[in-house]
Amino acid sequence: MDLEILSRVQFGFTIGFHYLFPPLSIGLGLFLVIMEGAYMKTKNQMYHNMTRFWVKIFALIFALGVASGIVMEFQFGTNWATYSRFVGDVFGSALAAEGIFAFFLESGFLAILVFGWDKVKPRTHFISTILVAFGAHFSAIWIVVANSWQQTPAGHHIVGVGDAARAEIVDFWQVLFNPSFLDRISHVFMGAWQAGAFFVLSVSAFYLLKNKHVDFAKGSMKIGVVIAVVASILQLVTGHSSANVVAEHQPAKLAAMEAHYPESAPAGLYLFGWVDEEQEKVTGIEIPGLLSFLISWDASEPVTGLQAFAPEDRPPVNLVFQSYHIMVAVGMLLILLALIAAFKWKTGSLFKTRWFLYVLVFSVLLPQIANQLGWFTAEVGRQPWIVYGLLRTEDGLSASVGSGQVLLSLILFTLIYILLFTLFIFLLNEKIKAGPEKFELKEGHMA
Amino acid sequence: MSFDLNTIWFALVGILFMGYAILDGFDLGTGGLHLFTKTDKERRIMLNAIGPVWDGNEVWLVTGGGALFAAFPEVYATSFSGFYMAMMLLLVGLIFRAVAIDFRSKRESKTWRQFWDISFSVSSILSSLLIGVALGNIAWGIPLDSDFEYAGRFVGLLHPYALLVGVTTVALFMMHGAIYLLMKTEDELQAKIRTWVNPAIIFFIICYILTTMATLLYIPHMADNLKEFPPLMILPLLNALAIANIPREIHKGREFRAFLSSCASVAALLALFGIGMYPDLIYSNPVAANSLNIYNAASSDKTLTIMLVIAILGMPLVIAYTSSIYWIFRGKVKLNSSSY
Repeated sequence: MDLEILSRVQFGFTIGFHYLFPPLSIGLGLFLVIMEGAYMKTKNQMYHNMTRFWVKIFALIFALGVASGIVMEFQFGTNWATYSRFVGDVFGSALAAEGIFAFFLESGFLAILVFGWDKVKPRTHFISTILVAFGAHFSAIWIVVANSWQQTPAGHHIVGVGDAARAEIVDFWQVLFNPSFLDRISHVFMGAWQAGAFFVLSVSAFYLLKNKHVDFAKGSMKIGVVIAVVASILQLVTGHSSANVVAEHQPAKLAAMEAHYPESAPAGLYLFGWVDEEQEKVTGIEIPGLLSFLISWDASEPVTGLQAFAPEDRPPVNLVFQSYHIMVAVGMLLILLALIAAFKWKTGSLFKTRWFLYVLVFSVLLPQIANQLGWFTAEVGRQPWIVYGLLRTEDGLSASVGSGQVLLSLILFTLIYILLFTLFIFLLNEKIKAGPEKFELKEGHMA
Repeated sequence: MSFDLNTIWFALVGILFMGYAILDGFDLGTGGLHLFTKTDKERRIMLNAIGPVWDGNEVWLVTGGGALFAAFPEVYATSFSGFYMAMMLLLVGLIFRAVAIDFRSKRESKTWRQFWDISFSVSSILSSLLIGVALGNIAWGIPLDSDFEYAGRFVGLLHPYALLVGVTTVALFMMHGAIYLLMKTEDELQAKIRTWVNPAIIFFIICYILTTMATLLYIPHMADNLKEFPPLMILPLLNALAIANIPREIHKGREFRAFLSSCASVAALLALFGIGMYPDLIYSNPVAANSLNIYNAASSDKTLTIMLVIAILGMPLVIAYTSSIYWIFRGKVKLNSSSY
């Protein structure tokens, strides 16, 4: 099989697997701060038990994130050596900064979070929780800086020609705050908060349905609803601004997201559809002029379409179109669920409506789907470029690695990840079934 | 030797990997020794001795890798792609290690625990061996073409010298791990571990002497810098003293000092390796002209400067919280409800 395809499949598969975990760590990190903060303020033992339960879940998720994350750092070098040579001067700094500033913070203080209940004062424990949550967010910042630079490169110049060409930093702050960074990081953060919120809602709803750990479940669920409402509505805002940045800086990606072919014409928005890439036609339901309107508040404003780009400069259209549309649909559904939950809370029926609790149990999957498809849209939509406009994906591969080797490693990762995922679900299920432990307050120190 | 940015970054990347070897070294070594204890309780104590710190220790590798990528992208690209299958095996080792530590005590089942015990031990030894093999190859030299691409095959990486360095690394980490465990355990388990320490030291010394002889015999360029700058001879001397000091401290019951001696010996070994390589980063064999060094493999001065600022801001913080974590979890391991 083709080396480029295999390398892309391997990277996509391993990053997709990895990305199941960090959004949950980021989202749950926020929850831990709120829960332990509530305990610090009220000294209500329920919040203490709640924090301890979620810390255990957090630690399990974190372990999988670490194990699958180290693969990512290696893979730039193993499979994309030419790319690494090209971007190292710019991209490497972000990765190194992530290690120095975020990973040490996260992994160091996680030890106190998990093992330090009896070793440190409650205040120190709480500060550690804040630092872990901060570290989780901070590491996302550096990764999204690096990835955004691939989407909208800035603050660099190209030195050398041909195979020896590489990007070098000119202005660090321009690299950091490249045009898409702020919008994309807020989009990623809200996606992560949604992942955390619906995870908490799901587990809490499960307990309520089983009539177990009821106080714990109600308490967790209330916090979950608040975060779910805030994050889901803000996600609409960050999603809109992210799309506008794409429109400005990556017109071919935007055109693929809506399968907008005409070279320059007002564009509509499809609610759903299917793209025939041969005929360059979309079958589906379209709201005319809406895309133009969303970009420039004018429904008749022309939008650059795919025909403005040579066929070899276009991303795969239907894949990007479907990923994007399903992501948006799921996002809307999440807003709806969050609002229903808030409404039911207000009317006092949230903890009693069984059908809705069932829906919430399964809602945990939705942010995961949306997060995965969001990255699909971003990364497949960037094709055929590995660094937008500067380096093509096919030119970024490792020269000394053969397709047989990649096939072998891909099979290896597939087997290991299937095993890990099965065990993760199994252990998570056991932890949830075991439920929160009750810790009695002792005189003088915590539990 | 001139103290330009490139040399500073050579030293800084070296320090990160040295931090990794000192810290993750003892928990990799603990993994290697894991199966020597038989009861569940003893294994749990061993595991919890590294419980709060192993994850942070591994971050030194991640950050070292990131720093290598940023400061010397050519080296990162050439070595990671050139050692493709070895790197994949290392990843498998590191993944299994991480989940083995985390999963092992989550269920009571004997088979479950046995499976993860073996995974933990095998993956720890495998990871140490591969790290050593990589170092051995970097010093011995690998075939690089004029584009600095690796022009050999996977089997080519497994020559006797590289394997010898690999085994020496395993031996070093097991010695280091045994001494760490001595410090963290008490009573019968400690008495048992005490009987491991001397054989571990002797095994390491044999490997070390063999490696040194092979190095001087087959890759004498590794000693050039020492010859050119004789005061550096203090390093092998310090190393010998540090190793000799370990049994003395243990005999006097001062385990913490024994552990510091062991740390000093790991640091001295890494420093010797670095000095031997300088200014090369990957030695090219047979065409020495294609070697990657701190100049032809480096990022721009601008990036090296930015990175230096990041390091100056970040490293004091890293050292501050690493030491506070070690301080908080000092003393003998006691199992409780939050243990592994």
